[in-house]
Amino acid sequence: MTHKNPGLRESATFDIDTLAEIDRAATTGIYDIRGFGAKRKMPHFDDLLFLGASMSRYPLEGYREKCATDVVLGNRFAKKPIHLDIPVTIAGMSFGALSAYAKEALGRGATQMGTSTTTGDGGMTPEERGHSNKLVYQYLPSRYGMNPDDLRKADAIEIVLGQGAKPGGGGMLLGQKITDRVAQMRTLPKGVDQRSACRHPDWTGPDDLAIKIHELREITDWQVPIYIKVGATRTYYDVKLAVKAGADVIVVDGMQGGTAATQDVFIEHVGIPTLAAIPQAVKALQEMGMHRTVQLIVSGGIRNGADVAKCMALGADAVAIGTAALVALGCNHPKWAEEYQRIGSDAGYYDDYHEGKCPAGISTQDKDLMSRLDPELGGRRLANYLQCMILEAQTIARACGKSHLHNLEPEDLVALSVESAAMAKVPLAGTDWIPGTPFQ
Amino acid sequence: MKTIDLSETSTRDLNQALHDQRGECTERNWEVLNPKGSHSLACGLDQNLSVDIRGHAGYYCAGMNKGAEVTVHGSAGVGVAENMMSGTVRVKGDVSQAAGATARGGLLVVEGNAGARCGISLKGADIVVKGSVGHMSCFMAQAGTLVVCGDAGDALGDSLYEVHIYVKGSVQSLGADCVEKDMREEHIRELSDLLKRAGVDDDPLQFKRYGSARKLYNFNIDNAVL
Repeated sequence: MTHKNPGLRESATFDIDTLAEIDRAATTGIYDIRGFGAKRKMPHFDDLLFLGASMSRYPLEGYREKCATDVVLGNRFAKKPIHLDIPVTIAGMSFGALSAYAKEALGRGATQMGTSTTTGDGGMTPEERGHSNKLVYQYLPSRYGMNPDDLRKADAIEIVLGQGAKPGGGGMLLGQKITDRVAQMRTLPKGVDQRSACRHPDWTGPDDLAIKIHELREITDWQVPIYIKVGATRTYYDVKLAVKAGADVIVVDGMQGGTAATQDVFIEHVGIPTLAAIPQAVKALQEMGMHRTVQLIVSGGIRNGADVAKCMALGADAVAIGTAALVALGCNHPKWAEEYQRIGSDAGYYDDYHEGKCPAGISTQDKDLMSRLDPELGGRRLANYLQCMILEAQTIARACGKSHLHNLEPEDLVALSVESAAMAKVPLAGTDWIPGTPFQ
Repeated sequence: MKTIDLSETSTRDLNQALHDQRGECTERNWEVLNPKGSHSLACGLDQNLSVDIRGHAGYYCAGMNKGAEVTVHGSAGVGVAENMMSGTVRVKGDVSQAAGATARGGLLVVEGNAGARCGISLKGADIVVKGSVGHMSCFMAQAGTLVVCGDAGDALGDSLYEVHIYVKGSVQSLGADCVEKDMREEHIRELSDLLKRAGVDDDPLQFKRYGSARKLYNFNIDNAVL
């Protein structure tokens, strides 16, 4: 890359961002902590294209012809599986990391569109339960706020082993966000820099996990589905072990998945891209004869209806969004540009969720900032966004001749790059070549 | 008293029968025969029941107990009384790892020894162990009390918050941020009361108290292990 002043050339290895990070490290002596997900470029859904119908395939009319979007999750063992109108769910985000109004807005928007929201590492709030018609209750290593009453109020239980932004790491919630209410819900002193455990306290491997799942089913009388969420790493093996442990649903979160706070080095250097994880998960399920019996939810960097359709085509049953949902509420909105600049960031770049200074009033516990988010308006915006995603996904599915989003298949896809073809296990566009598989 | 024989009845049917008492309580006293190490026995109870398990229990016995009094007349596996909310769980024998993990209320009494990670992530319950506890007990424990009448293993109270720990015997080592503290009047009172509730005849003055130095509460790079 060249500077605007000709003759000055930026190093590709020691680029401006790298120089700034070395300077920051030399000045502070500590790693950078931030929120958001991986920012590095990597093979993603933009590297896939759909093969619309033409002579050899028969399309559906793009506007009104039936293209169903519903999904049933958790019908392997649960007496009451979850039936969602759309296959886009809201991923787990804690009260504490987010304000109570933000959680309420997510519940309102998801409920309007007939889908589910998910609690996070801070327990279940009455506001969240009240505004979410379908609520998934996370069972995390920290067990903050865990109690059998909330467990029985949940529509599903998600056992969290990890998340894509930091597989192998626990949560962080720094002291500025540990208000009285957050501290009380987590049984912590006010103002501590809270470190969540990275491993569960009372089981240590997949054989134990099977017994833990049995206990949770016994406590809830086998009523609700049990999900297992993993950060994408050794996905093929993790999915097989999760199925063996008795999961109804498996959630795979790729490395683009967001977080409220962790080390930048963790976010950018641990895990695999969502695109690479899906085929591994689907292969594991298919080999066990469990594809579509144990449902697969995929998350990590999903932004639009094309991404949703591509996940479904690769074999997912549903997707989950986190960062995109917060952006729909107003995170990083240009109208707050001046305020972002005042705290050393800018609209479109803000990722210091852990500092609790979010100008949009979303990732904060500050009363004045929180009040900037109207939960009704936020809910409406999220519902609009979800609706747009579904319309887009339907547009693509109809073009491929599918009367249900679930009917999309890998055969509908080609890849734009060798890397994405190898990861997604679909042919490079214009060829029959899937790198890593024998030439047909 | 209602007697359930697990050689004839499944764990599911036992737990469902106990859970059904949540709506209308028709029988307070229950006896479970032939548990044979089954998992998840009497978990998720939400009623003032008395349950006597005659034999050994497997993992997560009395998990998330709320209000019930559960007695295991034998030993119990991993995670006994995990996340207990209230009530009492008493184990006549030994318990395995993670006894009372994340428990938020109530009293767990272990008349034998406890394995590793006893009281891990404890959030408000009281645990009294007549024997000894294994390594990493009270790891990241947040609130509540652990009383050990025997010895404690390696890394006691590592990364703990506001939990109170009393040990009568030796402590192999203390974990990060865990320090010995003065036994003041209120601690002797607290310990006496707990020993009494647990039915343990020990002198509180023979115990030492351990708690958090609170040096790790706020992130300081000088505390990182390099």
